[in-house]
Amino acid sequence: MQTIDMASTELRQLNSTLQAQSKEIVESDWVIENTRGAHALAVGLDAPINVTIKGSTGYYCAGMNKQANVHVTGSVGPGVAENMISGSVTVEGDASQYAGATGHGGLLNIKGNASSRCGISMKGIDIVVHGNIGHMSAFMAQSGNLVVLGNAGDALGDSLYEARLFVRGEVKSLGADCIEKEMRPEHMEFLADILKRAGADARPAEFRRYGSARKLYNFNVDHADEY
Amino acid sequence: MDKTPQTLPRQSWTFSNEINSEIRRAAATGIYDIRGGGAKRRVPHFDDLLFLGASISRYPLEGYREKCDTSVTLGTRFAKKPIELKIPITIAGMSFGALSANAKEALGRGATAAGTSTTTGDGGMTDEERGHSEKLVYQYLPSRYGMNPDDLRRADAIEVVVGQGAKPGGGGMLLGQKITDRVARMRNLPKGIDQRSACRHPDWTGPDDLEIKILEIREITNWEKPIYIKIGGARPYYDTALAVKAGADVVVLDGMQGGTAATQDVFIEHVGQPTLACIRPAVKALQDLGMHREVQLVVSGGIRSGADVAKALALGADAVAIGTAALIALGDNDPRWEEEYQKLGSTTGAYDDWHEGRDPAGITTQDPELMQRLDPVMAGRRLRNYLSVMTLECQTLARACGKSHVHNLEPEDLCALTIEAAAMAGVPLAGSSWIPGQSGF
Repeated sequence: MQTIDMASTELRQLNSTLQAQSKEIVESDWVIENTRGAHALAVGLDAPINVTIKGSTGYYCAGMNKQANVHVTGSVGPGVAENMISGSVTVEGDASQYAGATGHGGLLNIKGNASSRCGISMKGIDIVVHGNIGHMSAFMAQSGNLVVLGNAGDALGDSLYEARLFVRGEVKSLGADCIEKEMRPEHMEFLADILKRAGADARPAEFRRYGSARKLYNFNVDHADEY
Repeated sequence: MDKTPQTLPRQSWTFSNEINSEIRRAAATGIYDIRGGGAKRRVPHFDDLLFLGASISRYPLEGYREKCDTSVTLGTRFAKKPIELKIPITIAGMSFGALSANAKEALGRGATAAGTSTTTGDGGMTDEERGHSEKLVYQYLPSRYGMNPDDLRRADAIEVVVGQGAKPGGGGMLLGQKITDRVARMRNLPKGIDQRSACRHPDWTGPDDLEIKILEIREITNWEKPIYIKIGGARPYYDTALAVKAGADVVVLDGMQGGTAATQDVFIEHVGQPTLACIRPAVKALQDLGMHREVQLVVSGGIRSGADVAKALALGADAVAIGTAALIALGDNDPRWEEEYQKLGSTTGAYDDWHEGRDPAGITTQDPELMQRLDPVMAGRRLRNYLSVMTLECQTLARACGKSHVHNLEPEDLCALTIEAAAMAGVPLAGSSWIPGQSGF
């Protein structure tokens, strides 16, 4: 295990060191200390390494992650794991806005709450939030899964496409073209697996599923009032 | 006299036949008109400016002998690897999806042969365009369709698109008929559905966030790539200043004549400012910040000729970008397809239903049969020829003004033919020393 102290390390040096593991893994386990809320920590990684960030971070922590497993012991600022391709990002605390935005793959596991627009425009990522999520979450979500153990704010899944949303608690309101859907066996099976992977204490039967009514997929003037 | 004289039928200027046809179309369909291209209305433009040329106090350069440099370097502020272009004319962002693969390949071929760059669009980067474009700018758009770190790293520059001239404040729509299997796969959406491109980015709001977003992109790409910020011609002074504040290497400024693949006609014609009106405020913002030439300015929106290029540079731009003109060079709206344009209810020069995917020229389509009409090698050659002519024209004008580099052109080389153009361009009305808004009434 190698430790990088951000009190004495430039951001460029940190990311450059971690990104270099994509060419040759010289160390599989990394610990980053004294983050002091820095932005763009551990971004653009592309190697099956484990990175533990002690403390809280600013914007875009683990942005565009590929393969790496990033673990944040504190809370994260806006855009954690934005556009993640693969690997995993775990947040022990809370997440600010846009968590997992536009993510293509991998698992974003938030142990606390996530703010507004969680999973916005997601494109295949799996997101598990153990607490609550804010308004406009999964806006224009294209694919992937958003699993929420707590409650969801206003306009959940507004204008979403093929992403699947699972909420255990209350949903304040659904967005345009988002409806509740039947929980079928494959959904129960999926939930059982992802809840186990996320270390979440919940049963699949407690969740409701939401998805696209697909009424707005092709513009129809008679649907203009639904936006 | 056995007949009372009649007045001639008088058409209304307010309710012209064109306006009336749109009212009838709206009444019949219940939906606004969607089309491609930029503003078609007459607005003050580069045609309203003239170069003064040499005189007793300005010495010209010999047109066929003395050197007039056209090279331009973009991204000198922060990027480790700025882009070196042979000519000050680049190809603007246009997506695979809106354009056929053959058209994208042709743009790459033509631009590369001319020594300049081309740009991806809202749909990600294709292997074809990367392979055929020696210098490729990768657009970072609100939709993030196909966005991934590998393509960021294999790009030569990254353009964060905040807005475009045809629709400042608007998103996009690629209608279902153009969503083939490949386009759908690249965008991670079902085949055949309308694909909306958001009007704002999903994970940042405002210039302070943008600065951090750019930091992230630079960290992912090792600070190698020039970062462009593209803005529509809305508030060019403040948007340029904020782009500089956010850390841009290059500002791309697109006026209302700049084209789009598909947007509401009302948006194209009624939002944003003419290109001519945008340049001087943007240059002033750069000058006020001490960043003119340090942060490069690329101007687009209605650039058609070497004269337009020279005038944009004289007003302070470092380079220009062309989109619509490049498509025409490839073969868009060519008279050879007139019969088919007629069948589509249009005519040569007016065809703008690019979103429908039935382009007879095989450019704005994903139809396999139509696509085959465009030979990417020949079309690329035409684009190279056109870029070459524009460059020669620009050099001709620069030499006439005594400039050994096209960047040495300046506002003092220009006059305006109209009061409006004089005010917008900040140059004197021809035959006077009057610059409306600057030198009294």
